[in-house]
Order: sequence, then C-alpha cells, then structure tokens
Amino acid sequence: MTSDAEPRSLRPPSGEPAVVVTGACGRLGKIVVRALHREARVVAIDRRPFPDKPKDVEHFEIDLRRKKTRDVFRSVNVRAVLHLGVMHDPRKGAEAHHEWNVVGFQKLLEYVAGYRVPKLVVLSSANVYGPRPDNPQFLSEDAPLLGGASFSEIRDLIEVDMLTQSFFWKHPETETVILRPVHILGAVKNAPSNFLRLGTLPTLMGFDPMVQVLHEDDLADALVRALRPSVRGIFNVAGPPPLPLSRALTILGRRSLPLPHTLFKAAVGRMFTMRLTSFPAPEIDHIRFVCMVDDRRARQELGYQPRHSVEETVRAVDRERWS
Amino acid sequence: MAFPIQLAREVVRDAVPLGRRLWEAAGGALSSAWQRAAGDEVERRLELAREQGHAGTDPFGLDLEWARWALGVVWFLHRKYFRSDVDGVERVPDGRVLLIANHSGQIPLDGAMIGAAVFFDRERPRIVRSMVEKWVQLQPFVAVLFTRVGQVVGVPENARRLLELGEPILVFPEGSRGISKPFSERYQMTEFGLGFMRLALETKTPIVPVAVVGAEEQYVNLANLERVAKAVGMPTFPVVPQWFIPGLQLPLPTKYRIYFGEPMTFDGDPDDDDNVIEEKVYVVKQTIQSMLNRGLRERPGVFF
Repeated sequence: MTSDAEPRSLRPPSGEPAVVVTGACGRLGKIVVRALHREARVVAIDRRPFPDKPKDVEHFEIDLRRKKTRDVFRSVNVRAVLHLGVMHDPRKGAEAHHEWNVVGFQKLLEYVAGYRVPKLVVLSSANVYGPRPDNPQFLSEDAPLLGGASFSEIRDLIEVDMLTQSFFWKHPETETVILRPVHILGAVKNAPSNFLRLGTLPTLMGFDPMVQVLHEDDLADALVRALRPSVRGIFNVAGPPPLPLSRALTILGRRSLPLPHTLFKAAVGRMFTMRLTSFPAPEIDHIRFVCMVDDRRARQELGYQPRHSVEETVRAVDRERWS
Repeated sequence: MAFPIQLAREVVRDAVPLGRRLWEAAGGALSSAWQRAAGDEVERRLELAREQGHAGTDPFGLDLEWARWALGVVWFLHRKYFRSDVDGVERVPDGRVLLIANHSGQIPLDGAMIGAAVFFDRERPRIVRSMVEKWVQLQPFVAVLFTRVGQVVGVPENARRLLELGEPILVFPEGSRGISKPFSERYQMTEFGLGFMRLALETKTPIVPVAVVGAEEQYVNLANLERVAKAVGMPTFPVVPQWFIPGLQLPLPTKYRIYFGEPMTFDGDPDDDDNVIEEKVYVVKQTIQSMLNRGLRERPGVFF
C-alpha cells in the first residue's frame, strides 16, 4: 500500500473529493468506514493493516507522524478529515501516549490547515468532563473539562479536544466539529464495553449511578452527519435515555459482585500493576458518580437520533466481533 | 493440606446461596410487616403518581418502585412518628414551582417530611425534588437512596432543567448553616443564599414559602465543631449528646407542623446586583419567619 503513495505525490491533488479517516483499522474505525464508503470516497490512514477493507476504500498503512502522511494530503483531493486515531491503551506509557495522541494530532492539524481542508471532525469523548460528585445530571458542551483531575490518562484526550478548539478559532475557514460521545458499546474494545463483557461484574457497594450508553452504529451515524457541510461546533452525543448501571447488568444477565469502594480501589490498583486487569483504578469513578451529557444540540443541529434501544445498545457488547 | 482448601472452597460456595436465602427471608418478613402497616396508603398514592407519568426510572434516577421501601419509612415517620400536621398543601400549584423552606434538625428529615406532605396529603401527589449537597454523592447507599427518591445534586443546571420539565423543587436557602444550628438559635433563620431567587426570576417560577416547626427539637445540638468538620470532610460536625446514649440515635418524636404559604411571584432581572436580589429574598425570608412565629405561638407543645 505504501508503495502507492510515492508516484501519487507527484501529481497535483485530483480525483473525487475524499474523506480521510485516521485510525480506520480499529473496530470503531472499520464500522465508520463501512458506514461511509458507499456515499463518499474514503481514504483510510492507519499504521495497522486493514485486511478486510471494502474494495473501494484506499488504505495507507502509515504512521500519522511520518512524512508520508503529507504525501496523502498532497495527492488526494481531501474534502474532510475524520480523526478517530486516539489511542487509549492503558498499558502504553504516558510518553508514548502523548507522542502518538498529541504530537501526531498536531501534525494532522498542520496538514488540515496547510492544504485548506474544508472540514475536520474530531472524535473526543464525554469522559473529558469526568465523573464527579458535583456534576450536573446533564453536562452541556460548555462545561469545564475536568476529566483529567483524577485520571491522568485522559489528559491527552483533553489536550486533543483543546487543540481542536483552538484550531476552530485560528482557522475559521475549516469547519471544525468535535463530537463528545458517551460510553460507546458494541464490538469495540474500550473500557465500558470490556467491563460489560466480564463474566462477573464488580460494582461498588452502595453506588448505582445513572449512565448513558451509545451503540457503536449510532455513533457512526452521528459521525457521518457531522461530515455534512455547514455543520460546525462541539456536540455531545448520547444514546437512548439513561439507565441505572444495575439495570445494564440485569439486561445482560450478568452476575455482579458488589465491593466496598476502598477494597475495590486497592484491588484494582494492585491488579493493574500486576497486569491482571486493564482498568486503571481511577476509572472506577465511572461506576460511582454520574458523567452524563445533554445532547440536545446534536439532536437539533445534526438531526441525530439514536436508532437502537437501551436493551439493544447494552446487548451490543456481546455482538459478534469483526474478524 | 488439601482438606482446609476444600473446606474453604465449600464454605465460599455455600455462603453465597445461604446469604441470599437469609436476605430473602428477611426481606419477606419485612415486606409482610410493611404491608400490614403502610401498604394501603403507599400503594394508593403510588398508583396516583404512576397515573401522572412517574413510571420507571427517570433521567435523574428517580424510581418510585425501587423507593417503595423508603416511601414506607417516610410514611411511618410522617404519619406515626412525627404525626405531621400539614397546613395549606393545596397551595402547591401544578407545574413548576420552588418550595423555599427553613432548614433544621441536624439531619434532613425536614426535607423528607415536606416531600411526604406533598406526596401523601396533596389531593394529587407530586414528587418534590430537592437539591442536596454534593457530599451526599460520596456516601455509599445514601447516594443511591437519595437519587432513587428524587434528590438531585444542588447545582443550578439541575434546578433549571427540572423546572423546565415542570417539576416542584425544594430549596433550603440556608444550606448546611441552617440544618446544624445549635439549640440556642432554634427558629432563627440564618443567612439565605440568593441563588434560588435568581433562578425563580430567570425561569419565571412561582415561590411557595414553607415553614417547618418541630424539627429543631428532634436533636439538641450544643455546638458545631468547625475544625473537626473540616478534618473529616463533612459539611458540619454537630455535638449532639443524645447520639452517645444507646437507643437515642433516633430523633426525638417531636410533633412536626408544616405550613405552606401562598405562592409568590417576583419580576426583575436575574442578573441584578446582589443588593437588589437580597431585597426580594428578604421578602420570602420574612414570610417564612412570620409563618414560623405563628406556628410557634399556636403550638400547644413540642411533643404533641
């Protein structure tokens, strides 16, 4: 695939306008690419291979930080950039995270500005607000991003979100969109889906916060809507009406194991350092406090509407995985 | 060597179903006792509440089915323990409204009793949502209980949203200053916060003043230890001698008298200076104070 890029770079940008999708080979990326490729030309960028990609999708197996990314922008007539390439691997160190998430993203912003790409859509997360005891029940888009206060791993994501916000002001010629979805459930590998896939779910004794969940296909739909012309700004994206965490467990028919907070926190911390779990200890605040969003803006301005019910969304974690 | 491990394994395997069976048995006994005492009235009111659309879990976490037990306890406190006398509950209108009350009693039973009056004594039950300290969200069990009976964290965004939905909201503008008043300062309201008035002006919400008489005497607080409170991270740390006497942890069975005043409406700019807002707040505060004074004058005694 990379060999393709070389001769292309000599030609001026041409052809059908394309949507560049970064991080296209993750599970979420694949879902988005599948949702998108029928109505638009899709160019995928990911350093991982894309073995089962749809035929009409062009894939460049390159690292965002490398020069070859520039060649893609030079050779392809880019109509929009959809950035999904945020890494949340709790096992990688803080430096590797920062290098990939922030430095890589800054490069991408340079290309978007340099090649005057008319549209940029960045996938952030409602986690940037953070689960806190004094959160309003529904956070609006202008709520402060306090997610990093107790959970340092989320700081990169907040930085990406902030960089996008400043890009918004520096380059008004690019329509910039930030989506902040709630917990995405489905075949995706992320903390909430992995948590709900556990055989026995540890919960916090005496806590049962309301949670919002979002089906991965509904998120893909919101992303496609965000790519439409004249949409700009920050949008919270929530799914069906919120439910108590305990109800999600009932829907899945999983056993729960209620543990006192102090014990839970100590156990998770210890297990994390021993590599027995991939959940960092501060993440358990998500099953303790609310972190829900108000998505009225997305519903009004994007015309977004979740299509999956609460039951379907929760059950989606047991959905057959992509090969 | 193998024996103790096997034994331990069996104990663990048996303990879980055994525990569950005990739990269910206890639940069954409690449930029949409760049915005998409060069942009828609670069920009837729940049915009325369901008719008005309070079914399932609402976005703020209120769930009356879940809270049935708590409602039974509240019913008991309201009808049997504090034998609340409720005056003027029909003055609570339909639609959005702010109930503004004096705060007292060391633990927020006054809020529960105002809620009980509006739920059990109003012709059509309404569920009062009150604004609580974020401290509550940190306490296991309390956090779930409070959420399921409709309490929300006291931030303006929540209040605004609930009022938009047409819900009744209970606010104690004195906050924790009020609830932990020492006994010597009983029925002298402390400083009112201004937030509720700005909210009422912004959302054009009527205010119903509420006075609660009887809660001040349920616990006798000698002093508040501010430094201890700070050290243990609690809003206040009252010194209540009866808490150290076994069996007297429960509040004293004083008689509650709850007065609802006529709805008041205010006009003005919610972003006015503090002194302009203070004048309006003062009107509400004085109304509550005079209702309190009247209630104190008229009551035959603290316990009856």
